[in-house]
Amino acid sequence: MNLARFFAAIVRRELQIAFKRWGDLVSPLMFFVMVASLFPLALSPQHEMLRNLGPAVLWIAALLATLLSLNALFRADIEDGSMEQLVLSPYPLALALFGKTVAHWLLNGLPLVVLAPALAVTYYLPGEGVRALSLTLLIGTPTLSLLGAVGAALTAGVRQSGGLLALLVLPLMLPVLMFGARATDLAASGEQISGPVYLLSALFLLALSLLPLASAAAIRISLD
Amino acid sequence: MVDCSKTCLSAIDLTLWRGPNCLFEELSFQVDAGSLLLVRGTNGSGKTTLLRVLSGLTRPETGHVQWCGESIEKTRQAFTAALAYFGHADGLKADLTVTQNLEFSARLYGRSGEQVSGLLKALNLSQCAQLETRYLSAGQKRRTALARVLMSNATLWLLDEPVTNLDSVGRDYVEDRLREHIAGGGLAIAATHEDIRLASESPDEIFLGDDA
Repeated sequence: MNLARFFAAIVRRELQIAFKRWGDLVSPLMFFVMVASLFPLALSPQHEMLRNLGPAVLWIAALLATLLSLNALFRADIEDGSMEQLVLSPYPLALALFGKTVAHWLLNGLPLVVLAPALAVTYYLPGEGVRALSLTLLIGTPTLSLLGAVGAALTAGVRQSGGLLALLVLPLMLPVLMFGARATDLAASGEQISGPVYLLSALFLLALSLLPLASAAAIRISLD
Repeated sequence: MVDCSKTCLSAIDLTLWRGPNCLFEELSFQVDAGSLLLVRGTNGSGKTTLLRVLSGLTRPETGHVQWCGESIEKTRQAFTAALAYFGHADGLKADLTVTQNLEFSARLYGRSGEQVSGLLKALNLSQCAQLETRYLSAGQKRRTALARVLMSNATLWLLDEPVTNLDSVGRDYVEDRLREHIAGGGLAIAATHEDIRLASESPDEIFLGDDA
């Protein structure tokens, strides 16, 4: 079997498992929707202020929702022995972990990208701002998933690793948050956003090329 | 290049400490094609850990493991392609059915759906093929995990307690397959505290722990 079919088999299995566990999927999304929709209700309803706060709040909520979903990324596989089987399969471990990360993004990142425009309306973001939000989330959330996978792999062997995981990956996620929120903000005030978007894309490509290998190295250490 | 005419697994001067306990020290042995090695020892004596070292999951403090005369670190892909590891944990997804779990392995090993259902029948699992593995008994889970080893076509089997939790029919089946595997030129290393009976002469054994 070639590598592409192995990759497809991994993604397919992850999706099969995820659809049997709806609850785990929904709670980070619920968190995102609740945080993002409570702000406009709690703040005074001034269009100007909401529009200024919107990009930051939506991006922070998306980042925290991603962080919430990361803990379980490799935990179950290590506990039930599936990870040993993946490590001992003749296929590259990095590819297997990349497949799991892609599935994680499809199940956690992509819904954020889809939901965000609806929530952006409650912040009176103009059309340009909503488009920029969707675009930056589309580039940014896969980067967050890839970064999170390294953290999850490093902390996989540690019990009660939730806090440690956040501490490890949050600093690495900050550039994504900053460029993403900044680009949305710029677009909302009618300015050029190519600068931060290019930087976000560069971060994504860097993460895509290096981080699956880092995750694989971290898993080998965690299993030792 | 790996010389496959001399298929063998050799352990060279393996030493491993866990905390203050030395599990094994300068342990060396070789398993040739067509032979079975039983790893014996009391609970906690390091049988599972030795299998993990032999599979490359855990690194020993000193020494190394060789497959066909080459260190397994260097020939990882060739080694893992020849390896079926039947671990302490079953490696099954509790949320997926028996069939779904095995379909994934079948896809990796290029086996057809008919071969999977044939194996399920032979392992007496046809009745629970559509059950999620969380509802299976310990023995049924072991059988499902064994199905993965049996469909793998691997030369080297590393088996951790292969007959524990199995009923007598299941044990006989496993022993038959093991005998076939070895007669066909395969290698097997089994960690067990129960007897595994092969019709031929009694297999080689190594003992871990205090009674070594």
